[in-house]
Amino acid sequence: MTETQKKRPPAGQFITTQFNSLLGWARKFSLFHYPFVTACCGMEYMSAACAHFDIDRFGAGWTRFSPRQSDMLLVVGTITQKEAPVLRTVYDQMTEPKWVIAFGTCAVSGGIYDNYAVVQGIDQIIPVDIYIPGCPPRPETVLDGLLKLQEKIQHQDQDWRWKKKRS
Amino acid sequence: MEEKAILELVRIEFPAGVRETANSLGDEVAVIEKGALLQIAAFLRDGPGKFDMLLDLTCVDYAREDPRFEMVYHFFSLSRNQRIRIKTRLGEGDLRISSLTSLWKNADWLEREVYDLFGIHFEGHPDLRRLFMYDGFEGHPLRKDYPLRRRQPLIRLKE
Repeated sequence: MTETQKKRPPAGQFITTQFNSLLGWARKFSLFHYPFVTACCGMEYMSAACAHFDIDRFGAGWTRFSPRQSDMLLVVGTITQKEAPVLRTVYDQMTEPKWVIAFGTCAVSGGIYDNYAVVQGIDQIIPVDIYIPGCPPRPETVLDGLLKLQEKIQHQDQDWRWKKKRS
Repeated sequence: MEEKAILELVRIEFPAGVRETANSLGDEVAVIEKGALLQIAAFLRDGPGKFDMLLDLTCVDYAREDPRFEMVYHFFSLSRNQRIRIKTRLGEGDLRISSLTSLWKNADWLEREVYDLFGIHFEGHPDLRRLFMYDGFEGHPLRKDYPLRRRQPLIRLKE
């Protein structure tokens, strides 16, 4: 047995950690997003998604209008109390793994609409990964938020089908 | 027809129905009695004024005054390019007023909106339900006495 062969870590552990980061790498560059556009922030979403700022450079260019085919939910705009069940349903319909971006001040905290009709932040309804502030946010801010989400995906513990459940 | 004439005509036609008339920033304004609304609206639409379009219909809550609510109607004459504003007061004790849906179809949703947000009851409306807020919502949120921080979520929210 040579010196290099002795230094090698046990096979299972080696594969697990590397497979985790491989999955993270694959997932962060293949985000299919579902735009839940309800208000004026939609204009900024459009400019961020189209050719001028080109969200496709970061592997998130594919817009899917079915929640079942998407893994990144962009909540763009004000969410009213009446709309809250719809957003919850859309989130529930998305397949794992899934991530949520709160796009703009209204989705983050309700914004200026501190009143009877508006949900004060979508994190009261669904879990949120990245908050992008701004009224509306500049496309640069959106891309920065996207990069932060990719960083998060890369470093999080990946879930896959044949992985042993811990609990 | 002269600019002044339409208010004069309404005054002559409904001497008991019209309380006062004015000209506000170039628009004709008439404050009328609640009971005469339907007749005056029909006269404006079919009479010499030819106000064939209902532009808007809304309500104002003067919380400290009595009578408390004021309905405001805006009519527009397409052929004569003229506007007129009709106002009438409603006391808190009697929130009923006749519906304009028999004259203008678009009064339907406008009146549903006012019913939803102010709680005014339109008599003769074919389908008086809430328009914006959901079933089970209590109160009328644009009234001045609706609590500012009162929330009525439709689904359970996380704190």
